[in-house]
Amino acid sequence: MEKQKYSRRFFLSTSAMAATLAFIPVGVKAFYNNVKKLVIPLKEKMAIKLSINKAKYNLTVDTRTTLLDLVREQLDLTGTKKGCDHGQCGACTVHVNGQRVLSCLTLAATVQGKEVTTIEGLSQGSELHPMQQAFIECDGFQCGYCTPGQIMSAVGCVNEGHTHSVEEIKEFMSGNLCRCGAYNGIVQSIQKVAK
Amino acid sequence: MRPFTLQKPTTIGQAVSGKKESAQFLAGGTNLLDLMKKHISQPDRLLDINSVLSEKIESTAGGIRIGANVRNSAAAANELILSKFPLVSHAILKGASPQIRNMASMAGNLLQRTRCPYFYDTSLPCNKRKAGSGCGALKGETRMAAIVGHNPQCVAVHPSDLCIALSALDARVIINGKDNKETSIPFKDFHKLPGTNPEKDNNLPANAIITAIEIPSNPFNKNCSYLKLRDRESYAFALVSVAAALQLNGNRIVEARLASGGVAHKPWRWYEAEKFLKGKTADLSNFKQAAEIIARETHPLNGNEFKVPMLKGAIEVALQNCLTA
Ligand SMILES: Cc1cc2nc3c(=O)[nH]c(=O)nc-3n(C[C@H](O)[C@H](O)[C@H](O)COP(=O)(O)OP(=O)(O)OC[C@H]3O[C@@H](n4cnc5c(N)ncnc54)[C@H](O)[C@@H]3O)c2cc1C
Ligand code: FES
Ligand code: FES
Repeated sequence: MEKQKYSRRFFLSTSAMAATLAFIPVGVKAFYNNVKKLVIPLKEKMAIKLSINKAKYNLTVDTRTTLLDLVREQLDLTGTKKGCDHGQCGACTVHVNGQRVLSCLTLAATVQGKEVTTIEGLSQGSELHPMQQAFIECDGFQCGYCTPGQIMSAVGCVNEGHTHSVEEIKEFMSGNLCRCGAYNGIVQSIQKVAK
Repeated sequence: MRPFTLQKPTTIGQAVSGKKESAQFLAGGTNLLDLMKKHISQPDRLLDINSVLSEKIESTAGGIRIGANVRNSAAAANELILSKFPLVSHAILKGASPQIRNMASMAGNLLQRTRCPYFYDTSLPCNKRKAGSGCGALKGETRMAAIVGHNPQCVAVHPSDLCIALSALDARVIINGKDNKETSIPFKDFHKLPGTNPEKDNNLPANAIITAIEIPSNPFNKNCSYLKLRDRESYAFALVSVAAALQLNGNRIVEARLASGGVAHKPWRWYEAEKFLKGKTADLSNFKQAAEIIARETHPLNGNEFKVPMLKGAIEVALQNCLTA
């Protein structure tokens, strides 16, 4: 039988060690941090300048930060949703230079010099964008989780002119999944705006 | 994701000289970032090549040159491509979603990794992800796996749609190597079979960069079609796909091109069937015989035998669709 890795004695000795660690002088901690740096790669930070919903931001971000995490976690623009984080659901759809893209597969640092629009930037003040109004009128959602992504994608779909038939709308909206199955209302909303 | 530095070279020379094994080029990021999030790819440096490579589609003496940075959606909607090489547009539009096609570059599409579930699950064996760990799919879940050109090392398939059209049209991949000199690789030799090193998908030399794709002029713009069969109507990878193109003289086939996706480790050309169709009448009975020839070439795995009749049907329909295209 394999020897058990974690015994009671192991626990006692490691917790005792942890307790002593709390009291050891700062110099030793600094040494420990140096060793840690050698073993665990440090996060890389980068200064970036972005324009989101026409507002300018000067930020310092971890290079790994996706546009999705940046707007949600650092800029409090939580309208854009994280569904899968792997490009499979469309919940995170935003516009970059007017084109619909997935913010979960976009590094924040790569949209410098471009104009980003999230769902928060679609309305004109308190006046809803026609697509937002259409979603309300046509029951384009149930729980609403996929809705910001659907609306951003729908605006793209209309701008690209892929609205000649129900089939074409469905095909060109296939990158946005809706677990509630509000698809009929979504297609109707798009038809309404495309007219 | 593992931490990495992000650099933005401004010339092709800078991009290739900054490239080493542990670095990766970043184009649209639609495949690379996904793999980095899953710790399948762990570069310590990303070279953002978006302002380095061409975004132009130009007509050349011998055909067309598509810059490596052209977005998939831009290529699919391009007038020159639609009039002279519509097969390319048809194939692109069957891939991914509008958002992803807006992001995906031409070069990135060629270099996307397989969608084999064993490649994606880091707790399972996969020779392509971890050389020498074994092939989990071989005796496992084979629904998405190969039916031709595979070996016990790897049964994964190449997931691209665009590449199937490029293979049918004998494209060339234009690259700059470490020495920053331009060379090219014929499409049929670009992707490789698993061999003994399935961790390599293609024959792109280490650290080289793709700068463009060229397609020679051809007579296939009138009669071509792309058919993709998958688990749902849209936004899914192919179980099998067929790119078909015919050059007709009346109802006689002067030349035929047939290639498939979802069947092999690389975009697969059906040369025997093409040879058979040459000079024949373009009718269903000949199309059925071509499909038979193709079926005989396949070696399905335990569990994906269904792909063979599916492929036969797809070949027949794709060829018929060429006549009404
Ligand atoms: C949910 C989903 C569904 C999809 N469905 C389909 C589908 O049905 N059909 C299909 O064909 N595709 C599909 N795709 C894949 C998509 O087409 C690819 O991810 C895309 O084409 C990759 O292009 P990119 O520019 O984003 O590449 P990146 O992710 O930026 O790069 C991919 C690889 O190529 C390398 N690279 C990029 N450019 C160059 C260059 N110029 N020279 C050398 N190396 C380079 C990168 O270093 C990286 O290793 C799907 C993707 C997702 C996320
Ligand atoms: S969160 Fe981006 S596609 Fe699902
Ligand atoms: S409205 Fe609930 S997921 Fe679409």
